[in-house]
Parts: sequence; structure tokens; C-alpha cells
Amino acid sequence: MEDKLIIGNVELSSRLFIGTGKFSNNAKVGECIKVSGCSVVTVAVRRIDFEAPEENMLRFIPSDCIVMPNTSGARNAKDAVRIARLAREAGCGNWVKIEVISDNRYLLPDNFETVKATETLANEGFVVLPYMNPDLIVAKALKDAGAVAVMPLGSPIGTNRGLKTKEMIRILIEEIDLPIIVDAGIGRPSHAAEAMEMGAAAVLVNTAIATAHDPVTAALAFSLAVKAGRLSFISGAPQSWQHAKASSPIEGFLDSLTD
Amino acid sequence: MAIVLNGKTFDIGCPITIKDLLKSKGVNADRVVVEVNYQIIVKNEWDSSMINDDDQVELLQFVGGG
Repeated sequence: MEDKLIIGNVELSSRLFIGTGKFSNNAKVGECIKVSGCSVVTVAVRRIDFEAPEENMLRFIPSDCIVMPNTSGARNAKDAVRIARLAREAGCGNWVKIEVISDNRYLLPDNFETVKATETLANEGFVVLPYMNPDLIVAKALKDAGAVAVMPLGSPIGTNRGLKTKEMIRILIEEIDLPIIVDAGIGRPSHAAEAMEMGAAAVLVNTAIATAHDPVTAALAFSLAVKAGRLSFISGAPQSWQHAKASSPIEGFLDSLTD
Repeated sequence: MAIVLNGKTFDIGCPITIKDLLKSKGVNADRVVVEVNYQIIVKNEWDSSMINDDDQVELLQFVGGG
């Protein structure tokens, strides 16, 4: 069965993207990638802290993975463009997840600035995947601006609350002719399966894997859930009904025994 | 003579190359990005590009992120 996911002219072997933040042990990142078969991972760009040097995350990412830097820390389009250009200079390719956030409580993305940054970076040859608050009109604008996929949030970052925006995501899947990748809020493999069953092209999971008691097993569970959800979508799940519909034939019964 | 390095004042004595700055800070140059006064300095210029008084220098790397 042919079921390819192609983004930015690259055929991806997995529909699970993994974020590398919040791992208590960075060596686990590599194990999670390996066990899940994930082929796209996100990283962040930060100042080197000379007092407390942190190991470069690239050390833990297999070389055949696509590294997709995010623009976290950007509060407007200008910041996001600056961060993306810096990230590209590190020599890990031209994919970028645009993340423009100026709301500190819910970390909700600024859709307007995200559209602006998408346009600038797409024109500069970046493969742009914008993180966004699911809104049909904005998703259309992102497509027109040159995004290769759209990444709506399921619920706020790190909340593990699942698909609170489900209906809006459903509309994006129906109306936008780009891969829809559910990002943020996916807290359980069942949430990931739910997104995939709806027809999402992929999901991006970070907190739920990184902060699990056993991240590697969690990564495996998520990868299986993503595959199951995708197969369910392809299989064409049947309609649901309020009342029972017998699975066994409703004729040819034996006569009832009576006293 | 001082520069602003990753947001903090840092005394460099005299103008130095980016390569020497990285060395003095013990930074592994692999996959590091350098920005001076908001301009990216590409790697093959690290030998020749000088850091001067009052320059704003950012040394960046990839860390975990979602």
C-alpha cells in the first residue's frame, strides 16, 4: 500500500515528529528517535552559556534525520526571521518551524506575525512549517505565503490536554491542500491516534515523550499510535449510530425454549 | 576594551579574530553560529573577521526544543 508523506520534496518515513526539549537526559533523544523511526526532529537555537555549557543537541540526533530548528523566543516576525537565518547558518539544512509567541501564559502563537515570517522565509528558500492557532483564513494565508505544511495546536504547549481544537483542525484538514501536522498539546498516544484518524498528515510530540517516566517506551507507543491512526484513516472508518445494529444475522433463529 | 558577548560585557584586551574568541571561551566550533552586530559571520571568515571594541557578539548553538 502506497501512502507517502512528502514535505518540501522529501519523502518522510514516519508521520511522527519529535521535539527534543525537556529531556532530563539528552542521550534518550537518540534512543527515542531510533525506536520510533521518527525522521523529523525539532531543536531550538540559544546563546551558549559559558558558565554552564550545554551539549549541542545535534550530537544526539542521527545524521539521517531532518533537523528542523524552531524560532522559539521570537516575539514577532522580525525575530523569527533572524533566528531562522542563524539556524540555517549552522549547516543543518533549510527547514524551519516558525514559532512566534508573545503570550506568556498560554504560549499561543501570533498568527499575524507568523504569516509575515512565513512569507519572508519562504521567499528566501526556507522549507517553512508554521506553528499556528487553527484558523481557516490564516491557514489559507500561510499557504499563499509559501508554507509547505501547517501546524495547528491541539491545545496549549506542554499541557498534554489533547485535541481541544479538534473541530477547527478538522476544517483545516478538509479545506487546506497542504499537510496538516498537529503540534502541541498531544499528551497521550490516544490523542495522536485521534489526530491521525481525522486525517492529519503527521503529529509533533515533545512534552509527552520527554517527560514520561520512560521516554523511549513512550516514543514507541506514540509511533504505533500514529501508524494505527493513519491506517484507520486510510481504511475509511464507518459511520457511527445511536442505536444498536446487529452484527449477527437477524433471521434463522432457533425457536425459543418455553416451559 | 570590551564587547557585549551573549548579552554580557566581556573584556577582550585588544581586537581579536572570531576564531580566537571561540578558542578563549573553550567553545567547540562545530555547529556554532556567530553573529556580530546583527550580521551573521560565515565560518570561513572566522579566521579573518575581527571583533572590535563595543561589538555585540552572539555565539549560538542548538539545544533541545519543541
